[in-house]
Amino acid sequence: MFNILKIAGRNLLRYKRRTLLTSTLVTLGVVAVLLFISASGSFKNMMIGQITDSMLGHIQVHQKGYLAAIDSLPLNLNMKENQVMKIREILEKHPEVEAFSPRIKIGAMFSNYAETTNIRLNAVIPEMELKTVPLLRDRIIGGNSKILLQKGEILVPELLAKGMKVQVGDDIVLVATNKDGSVNGQSFRVGGIVVGISGPGGRDGYIHLEDAQSLLRMEAKEVSEIAIRLKSMGRLDTVSTALNSELESIRNKMDKPVFEVHTWARLTPFFNIVKMIDLMTLFIKIMLVAIVLVSIMNVMVMSVYERIREIGTIAAMGTSPNKILLLFLTEGTLLGLLGATLGVMVSLIAITALRAAQLSFDFGQQKGLVLNPTIGVADMVAISAIVVCIAVIGSLQPAWKAAKMDPITALRHT
Amino acid sequence: MELVTAQDLKKTYTGDIPIEAIRGVNFTIQPASFVSFVGPSGSGKSTLLNMIGCLDPPTSGTLTVAGQDVSLLKVKSAAAFRGKNIGFIFQDFNLIPVLTVFENIEYPLQMVQNRPAQERRKRVKELLAAVGMVEQGHKFPHQISGGQKQRVAVARALVTQAKLVLADEPTANLDRETALRIIALMKDMRDKFGTTFIFSTHDPKIVENAEKVFVIEDGTMRESNSGGERHV
Repeated sequence: MFNILKIAGRNLLRYKRRTLLTSTLVTLGVVAVLLFISASGSFKNMMIGQITDSMLGHIQVHQKGYLAAIDSLPLNLNMKENQVMKIREILEKHPEVEAFSPRIKIGAMFSNYAETTNIRLNAVIPEMELKTVPLLRDRIIGGNSKILLQKGEILVPELLAKGMKVQVGDDIVLVATNKDGSVNGQSFRVGGIVVGISGPGGRDGYIHLEDAQSLLRMEAKEVSEIAIRLKSMGRLDTVSTALNSELESIRNKMDKPVFEVHTWARLTPFFNIVKMIDLMTLFIKIMLVAIVLVSIMNVMVMSVYERIREIGTIAAMGTSPNKILLLFLTEGTLLGLLGATLGVMVSLIAITALRAAQLSFDFGQQKGLVLNPTIGVADMVAISAIVVCIAVIGSLQPAWKAAKMDPITALRHT
Repeated sequence: MELVTAQDLKKTYTGDIPIEAIRGVNFTIQPASFVSFVGPSGSGKSTLLNMIGCLDPPTSGTLTVAGQDVSLLKVKSAAAFRGKNIGFIFQDFNLIPVLTVFENIEYPLQMVQNRPAQERRKRVKELLAAVGMVEQGHKFPHQISGGQKQRVAVARALVTQAKLVLADEPTANLDRETALRIIALMKDMRDKFGTTFIFSTHDPKIVENAEKVFVIEDGTMRESNSGGERHV
């Protein structure tokens, strides 16, 4: 095998310019794919992180049917106290759950005593909420982001605060209708301004859970949803499936499941952008495959054509067709390997340069997001493996042709 | 026992117009002989050489080389048989350009016969010494002269201890002096290793040196010895 590698390597060096051109083409393809994967992956992870870690959590549990009616924030679909207790028990025992946070989602009227507008609110227990969505702290401006909020305080969405001209320390009034239809009002002090993010719920305000219970005159401790944070995001689907099957066993009188479990992907339209990014990555990979296939096949066809007499000579000497096949396959593989190695090296340099450049971009409400491209070893290995496999496939037809060549015809070739 | 025996050997190339390249020839070649096939272009001498070299199967008749009926060998078996028993020398030397002189001679031992490294080195050194190329072992084919290339080709053909070496116009691309040296070298190798050399040639120098000459014309063969000719 070493001799085959030696001959293949020397044949690549024999046609230096051609080898350089082909490997450069493969290198450029690999660089394009790896840079795209790293930049889009960085954007994707950053956005997913923002959405899950500052708003949604990784998984949410609702009463069945709540999500379908979420636009009206239906209080009659809240989970009852005993149901919440059951879920708490399950979540507290679950080894993969890091934290969870019960929430009441309310629609209310917001008044600064001069003007009134609508507001959507998340009523939370601050300590539990911060454990579940730790980046929420970073979205708070002008308040005490360490404790999020105290009873009697409200975190007002940034745009609403601007529109209603309210500042931290101002008093406002919230008026809400409870599930029986009676209206109640309660005054709050603005404890902070919360910066909006893209997606549903990104422009909600925050109050304390107990304040919401008193505003809505709830006798029982009901909640609209429970947001869950996992120890590892990589285990999302497994844990979600496990939780779903566990909660499905809790059934109502009509023997229907009481709860529904959703991952973040079902809760935000950003997931469609994620899917689009993945689709684009796939297309870019297909383009890379095409580049590698065409360039390697072309160069190997040329290589076989130019060495027909040489093939005839080694065949005449008794070299088996399998070894001739292996000689050309090795040559194509080495070419692919060279392109992939150079591509990975150039990509790593380019990614390091991009990180150093601290390029920033805006996405919806979020301004000045810093592009922080990273590439995993798995991606580098996968792309290199694709290139090498395609190089082998691209070399197969020319190598097969060389192996099947009639020695007499080959020796007569001029 | 004869090294090569042909009985009623025929080769017809099929196509729109079938061509009878060899029309039923019979001949024998003894071990350690120095034989020449002569004849005009298109007479069939290369076809005959190719059949003996197991590169081209005969259409009919029997052909035995080194005790093996080679007329029915399949592609892989033919390649294995060639690798073990037959060496080739070509008009254009056909050295592998990316291998050094040493590696070119080593090639059949390594890539065809899979011999151990130590044995390969010993054998190649012997052959390099035998063809007077010890000093050139590290050079690549483009760094040596035509005569030297043909010496390397001779060494490569003999390195596997082949019983038979087939040489197609081996001196056609060499000047007279170099050609004579190559012929002398091959004769010397025949004496030293007991290898049979069969040439296809137009070169009178080779014909003069051959111990047995077969004249081939229009696919038929006759033996031409010193002073006399007979049809075979």
